[in-house]
Amino acid sequence: MAKASRSKKTKAKAPPPSEDSDFSLSSLQEALDAEKRFAASEEQLLHFYEQMLLIRRFEERAGQLYGLGLIGGFCHLYIGQEAVAIGLQSALDNDRDSVITGYRDHGHMLAYGIDPKVIMAELTGRQAGISKGKGGSMHMFSTEHKFYGGHGIVGAQVALGGGLALAHQYNEDGGLCLAYFGDGAANQGQVYETMNMAALWNLPMVFVVENNQYAMGTAVRRSSAETEFYRRGAAFRIPGMDVNGMDVLEVRQAAEIAFKHVRDGNGPVLMECNTYRYRGHSMSDPAKYRTREEVQDIKDHKDPIEALKKMLIEQGHAEDDLKAIDKDIRKTVSEAADFAENSPEPGAAELYTDVLVESY
Amino acid sequence: MAIELKMPALSPTMEEGTLAKWLKSEGDEIVAGDIIAEIETDKATMEFEAVDEGTLGKIMVEEGTEGVKVGTVIAMLAGEGEAMSDIEAPAESEAVEDVPGEGKDVGRDESQAEVTRPALKGDVNDPDIPTGTDFVSLSVREALRDAMAEEMREDKRVFVMGEEVAEYQGAYKVTQGLLDEFGPKRVIDTPITEYGFAGIGTGAAMGGLRPIVEFMTFNFAMQAIDHIVNSAAKTNYMSGGQMRCPVVFRGPNGAASRVGAQHSQNYGPWYASVPGLVVIAPYDAADAKGLLKAAIRCEDPVVFLENELVYGRSFEVPDLDDYVLPIGKARTMREGSDVTIVAYSIAVGLALEAAEELSGEGIEAEVIDLRTLRPLDKEAILDSLAKTNRLVIAEEGWPTCSIASEIIAICMEEGFDHLDAPVTRVCNEDVPLPYAANLEKLALIDSARIVKAAKKVCYTE
Repeated sequence: MAKASRSKKTKAKAPPPSEDSDFSLSSLQEALDAEKRFAASEEQLLHFYEQMLLIRRFEERAGQLYGLGLIGGFCHLYIGQEAVAIGLQSALDNDRDSVITGYRDHGHMLAYGIDPKVIMAELTGRQAGISKGKGGSMHMFSTEHKFYGGHGIVGAQVALGGGLALAHQYNEDGGLCLAYFGDGAANQGQVYETMNMAALWNLPMVFVVENNQYAMGTAVRRSSAETEFYRRGAAFRIPGMDVNGMDVLEVRQAAEIAFKHVRDGNGPVLMECNTYRYRGHSMSDPAKYRTREEVQDIKDHKDPIEALKKMLIEQGHAEDDLKAIDKDIRKTVSEAADFAENSPEPGAAELYTDVLVESY
Repeated sequence: MAIELKMPALSPTMEEGTLAKWLKSEGDEIVAGDIIAEIETDKATMEFEAVDEGTLGKIMVEEGTEGVKVGTVIAMLAGEGEAMSDIEAPAESEAVEDVPGEGKDVGRDESQAEVTRPALKGDVNDPDIPTGTDFVSLSVREALRDAMAEEMREDKRVFVMGEEVAEYQGAYKVTQGLLDEFGPKRVIDTPITEYGFAGIGTGAAMGGLRPIVEFMTFNFAMQAIDHIVNSAAKTNYMSGGQMRCPVVFRGPNGAASRVGAQHSQNYGPWYASVPGLVVIAPYDAADAKGLLKAAIRCEDPVVFLENELVYGRSFEVPDLDDYVLPIGKARTMREGSDVTIVAYSIAVGLALEAAEELSGEGIEAEVIDLRTLRPLDKEAILDSLAKTNRLVIAEEGWPTCSIASEIIAICMEEGFDHLDAPVTRVCNEDVPLPYAANLEKLALIDSARIVKAAKKVCYTE
């Protein structure tokens, strides 16, 4: 990651936790530092690998379909960031918890195991798409999975997520809301309005900054006075966590710690997942704000899928078995792309539907 | 089977580009994610990444070629176990199977859209008030409070949030007593943070609750209008009907008294222009109660515009257990045959005053209270126009792009044959509202101006 070296505070003589008023703000980080990686079973590891690879292959194909003119408008790919969605969402209680995110939302949908066909068909604007083709890449939802979108206004999903968390608390359903936003959205005022209220009202909410280092074309250091985003909750007494978003096991471990904290009634958590977006901000981004070498270096040394693949091989999995997984996923994605290309567009009769629920 | 690599479109508008450079040569192994070529358009140079794996077989378009159309086959990729020599270049005249971006043209028959165009509303009327029903005198403020309290008793999902709504009992005392009855879980004081709490209210509605979000005044909702328009109004449509957002945004709207330009504005036309919203602006206490109850029960997001100057006025309200009025239905406040005056909110009172004065001069005006600004009750307006053939709109707000402008357009398009005079609007002056008492008076609509306009369309002046 292109992060500047951290100036970790070195406390000469740290007071015991009970007397340290800032302990609560760093306690989750300390818990993570004590045990960095989630002890996944072999089955879980394979599942993480499959899910991350599915996102990658899906997004590569989406990029290709965009290039062929089958996907229009804006299309923001998740390639490089796969470990964040999989690490976090694999730790959710899907019967209770809700998720909301911005416009880079394909990966979060796939992490739920939602059929890639209906996601791809939404990208191509077809009737079979999950939003009947009326939402597009940035606006996909699955209330069945408690996935609340898919929002195009930078930072708006954070306040909406605060509302979902309020509903969990109000209904006493034991659920929490996971609200994702980027390093760009992290400079929006409403994010902090929401942090204030979430802390004030002790809402069950995890704020996740997916720091992919660039807000469109602006590097973090050019847009943010405090680039360590996990510290930004301190003003509201929200504990922060600094997480390597390129390691699915570290993300999952952080999720375990954060979710427990929230479920125990301790209020919101702010987690920063440091990750990297391989592709442009959207498909029409020539990416002149960074060097090809920088991108290649991350791909060569920090890729979350390659790292997990290496781990699986070290554990004794045959490379051919992993290749077979890749082959299956390619087939799934190809089928999704064929479906998305060959499905009919929405009928004209859809134009006026869903504007209002009731008729007046 | 060999895979065709086609010239990609790198932006929504790109039609052709220059194949600037090949970064791979024939015979090279390609892995997904490899950058294989550079493409130039008039705007930028972009990288072309491989999605498929294989061996680069034949390069069909040499580097440096300009004006390569999107979709042209630029190279062939041999799959696993496929000999490069097997690769055949595609025939040049190969037909394009599907036009990019066009899909299967099933949605092109425009007449089909008419099927779902919102139909003209059927005959929906206010509920009958049984003979013998008592009427009680209630202020608009009390009527609004009662509406909220009744709905909160009936439905545990309903709660109120906003600045000073709980312990302070409401900045304008509309939420008086609610905290005592319902407690702090359901009557929530927020910090002064409109954008944030409008978003939280909207999100809570998406999460299944029925929030009433109070803005101390709608002037402050300017901070929050993004959530009202982009989050609340559009999400049901964007989700293909999956996402519900039954939230009510309410508070005083329009000019108050001597509070200056930033605190005196009518947002009715702003919200009424947004598909996906319901916009209600009642005048009297009975409508305030019946329509707020309807708004809280409504499955759609509602903007409910009150008026500070009317809060303290008392009106007769039927003493019924559950007085709910239909949304989208105007009300005839006074029958008349000579001219129609259409108004909403505080201007209804001015229109009624004007009608009294006109009556003294032998002109009988019909006064229509729109009550709902979106969806607008066009039928009621056009029916009255057909009866009186003359129409004036009275609106406490700016004239430009107003509800009045909209009604004039409707009358032109759908009521032209009934018009005996140009439709006329009486609005505030087109200036920010001044503070000085005399200037404020000059800027705001009053009944004398409505009288004058009515006489003008009756050609008596």
